[in-house]
Amino acid sequence: MDRIFERLSDIVGSDYVSNAAEERFIYSRDPGVQRPHEPDYVVLPNTTEEVQKIVLLANEEKIPVVPLGGGLVLSGLSIPLKGGIVLDMKRMNRIIEVNEKSHYAVVEAGTAMGMLSAYLAKHYPTLKNSLPDAPPVATVAGNVMIHGSGHLSQSEGGFHSEMVTGLEVVLPTGKVVKLGSCSTVPYWFSRAPLPDLAGLFLGWNGTTGIITKVGIKLYPRPLLNDGLMFLTEDVDTVPDIMFRIVNTEMCEDLTFFITPKPAMFEGFQMTIISITANSDKEMRLKKEIIRDTLKDYYESKEAGFVPIPKEMKAFLLEAPQKNLSAFADVRKGGGFEYVGAIIPVEKIPDAYRAGLEISARNGITYSLGGRMIGRGHSFMFYFAYPFNRADEDDMNRVRQALDDTNHAALKMGGIPWKAEVSGQQLILKQMWPATYEFMQEIRGLLDPNGIMNPGNWEVNP
Amino acid sequence: MKKEYADIIHRCFRCGWCKLPLNFKDFNCPSYLKYRFESFSSGGRLWLIRAWMNGEIQTSERFAKILFSCVTCKNCVEACAMPKIRQYLVDMVIAAREDMVEQGVIPPGVRDYLKAVSISGNAYKMPQEQRAIWADGLDIPLYSGQEYLFYVGDVGSYDEVGKKMARSVAMLLKKADISFGILASDEITDGNEVKTLGEAGLFEQIASQNIEKFKGLGVRKIITLSPHAFNSMKNEYPKLGGNFDVYHYTQVLNAAIKDISMAEVDLKVTYHDPCYLGRWNNEYWAPRSVLRSVPGLELVEMDRNMQNALCCGGGGGNFFTDILGTGPDSSSRVRVKEAIDTGASVLAVACPICYRMLSDAVKAEGLEDRIEVRDIADIVNDAVAV
Ligand SMILES: Cc1cc2nc3c(=O)[nH]c(=O)nc-3n(C[C@H](O)[C@H](O)[C@H](O)COP(=O)(O)OP(=O)(O)OC[C@H]3O[C@@H](n4cnc5c(N)ncnc54)[C@H](O)[C@@H]3O)c2cc1C
Ligand code: SF4
Ligand code: SF4
Repeated sequence: MDRIFERLSDIVGSDYVSNAAEERFIYSRDPGVQRPHEPDYVVLPNTTEEVQKIVLLANEEKIPVVPLGGGLVLSGLSIPLKGGIVLDMKRMNRIIEVNEKSHYAVVEAGTAMGMLSAYLAKHYPTLKNSLPDAPPVATVAGNVMIHGSGHLSQSEGGFHSEMVTGLEVVLPTGKVVKLGSCSTVPYWFSRAPLPDLAGLFLGWNGTTGIITKVGIKLYPRPLLNDGLMFLTEDVDTVPDIMFRIVNTEMCEDLTFFITPKPAMFEGFQMTIISITANSDKEMRLKKEIIRDTLKDYYESKEAGFVPIPKEMKAFLLEAPQKNLSAFADVRKGGGFEYVGAIIPVEKIPDAYRAGLEISARNGITYSLGGRMIGRGHSFMFYFAYPFNRADEDDMNRVRQALDDTNHAALKMGGIPWKAEVSGQQLILKQMWPATYEFMQEIRGLLDPNGIMNPGNWEVNP
Repeated sequence: MKKEYADIIHRCFRCGWCKLPLNFKDFNCPSYLKYRFESFSSGGRLWLIRAWMNGEIQTSERFAKILFSCVTCKNCVEACAMPKIRQYLVDMVIAAREDMVEQGVIPPGVRDYLKAVSISGNAYKMPQEQRAIWADGLDIPLYSGQEYLFYVGDVGSYDEVGKKMARSVAMLLKKADISFGILASDEITDGNEVKTLGEAGLFEQIASQNIEKFKGLGVRKIITLSPHAFNSMKNEYPKLGGNFDVYHYTQVLNAAIKDISMAEVDLKVTYHDPCYLGRWNNEYWAPRSVLRSVPGLELVEMDRNMQNALCCGGGGGNFFTDILGTGPDSSSRVRVKEAIDTGASVLAVACPICYRMLSDAVKAEGLEDRIEVRDIADIVNDAVAV
């Protein structure tokens, strides 16, 4: 039997290692359009110690290690571009601790976002975590790793990586480190007041280490939630509308979408304002304040609030929003991929126009929209393109559109988020050269054998 | 594979909503829960089936295990994010199994089961004459024009806990003055598992044989012990010309229970929804209503109940083929721990397969002194007897 396979089996048990054709097939691809590449082994560790032993073995054998969470990033970031071991982290999904008064949870890396939220709803009903609209099996570590964002990104903490209070990481050399307050005291309350080392890992796509535990901030869960929809025909007004709403500090989540279907929405931009409150009185007041701030818009009939159909409200207020996943089936094709560009808020109109132009040029359909991150600090603008998985030409058109979009996002002053490898290369080419060099130096120090998710964050993979 | 499925199988996004129940409590796809490789999740399995159809992967033992470890519990159907394909998810798995059966390359456990059924008329390779041992001493008549045929099925006829359950139900039906008869040694398997294991031809043969027999005897109404037989007789037999009024025993009891007098009990009970009654046939209330009508019985729910229930792991033929296997992550063992969390001392079941799976799991977990698995009819019987 294969020596590496045997050693991996000794570490995690033979039930949790595979080099079978079936697993190599499934773990060679994700739901997006990036091209597949097979791993040699798929391993499902259960503890930090097991991860550590796997990493030591990988160093000895000089084979790549690619961490995988939910595998839902869509841009192929866990496709093992150079083979090796895919480390599926989802068996490590224990919720270790919830500190109610200090508002944080400590979870194992592979904990599903949805499962954390269900756990809180049952055991700590006054608290909640910020949920991305990714399917609920997206993992906490995978999401913070790529600077995800979610329902509380506007009102509470910005990117989910900013909500991280501490990490446990297995370094590429096998050392286990704890970062944040947990490195010094038994509490995981924050990364301050210590030198902040978490940035060596967050955003690096697993190229600098494997996260095994995450401390993540929790927030109050008000009793009621409701929403308002504001509709405008002039996209140039959207940044100002967003600015005003944010400044009221009355809403929880602030998103925006444009879709060619259903036809009644075509040509309009819809801003969705989610509001939470603990009483009807508070809800009424918050709505009134938000309405007031946009008074001149709706009085001039340039834009206006529209009632949200009951059915639509139910899915708009759902977290995560299932209908976003269902977008994959709009063309009966089973897939979509998007460029989520992090852009300055004032660039929303440019992004909108670019999205329309690119999809028209490539002859594909689209959904455009996004979410406010922080109190108006940046905007995650998504350009989502559905494709037919059974039609290679269609997938090629979407690949082209994604590439065009990456270029356009950078040109307008934004940065593609969780970019696929080719998008990462575009970013790196535009990056301040000394910064890129510094990144590579850090990586060389942390991962001398270059085993961690190779191909990512490299100009020449 | 049938064209209608071959044309849509690429529409699974592999987004994984189907791994969880609607309330996200925990992994709710038993084969994924057990194996944890993406390949054993609903989406992974569908992608592999497609790859197999396209020649990207070959028939193998591993692939067969992946295919046959689906317990057809329909959690995926409930939770899938794609409204237009979700109702076909399990049908696609069954269709792929049919292709595999046709090619003659199936796991030994599946082959043995299908062989036993076709040769002996039951999964246990037991003599047909021993079918009605469960009824010894109960004075139950053979079916001869009574209002209902009580169809007991293989597990109720041959499995020890199944037999206990068949007795409890029959005793209660008698107490409720319901007119019924049984087929005894004339009964053969209902075919539900044969169908889900992909032997469509054998299923048709079994179903037709049953339909003919039922018609010959003038049967119009059927009470089934098992939700699995309930499913095939209610939903599949009509396609082959067998139109009977089919009821699960909890439905008949629910209608009759108001006339049964019961004494007060002191019992905290949680109820496990069988997939073939719940998600397959949308019957969540009759069993609960029967339990609630027992005076003093406190019914508490597990976190995963009704549409969100975690399967016992015995569906889709796995009860007989055991492809899903045992171990701490097997859904039956996870399920009994969930039942313990409710504080109930009784885990009520309404299916002989669940009964066996969960009883064994209680033993495997060493929880015999904390919880007892009991069938609904047995619980009611005790209250009647008090
Ligand atoms: C319909 C849909 C909607 C979405 N909406 C949102 C949204 O609203 N907000 C949002 O943020 N995202 C969204 N996403 C994108 C993505 O699904 C999420 O960000 C998701 O949380 C990623 O987590 P994951 O566990 O799937 O990560 P994966 O895709 O598994 O991994 C992401 C990256 O992190 C690395 N990684 C994973 N685990 C570890 C670990 N333990 N240690 C080190 N590296 C690791 C991987 O190697 C990879 O590079 C959406 C996706 C879909 C399909
Ligand atoms: S079956 Fe449905 S929910 Fe599951 S992966 Fe496929 S599309 Fe997603
Ligand atoms: S039917 Fe049940 S076991 Fe089969 S894939 Fe769906 S959820 Fe999993």
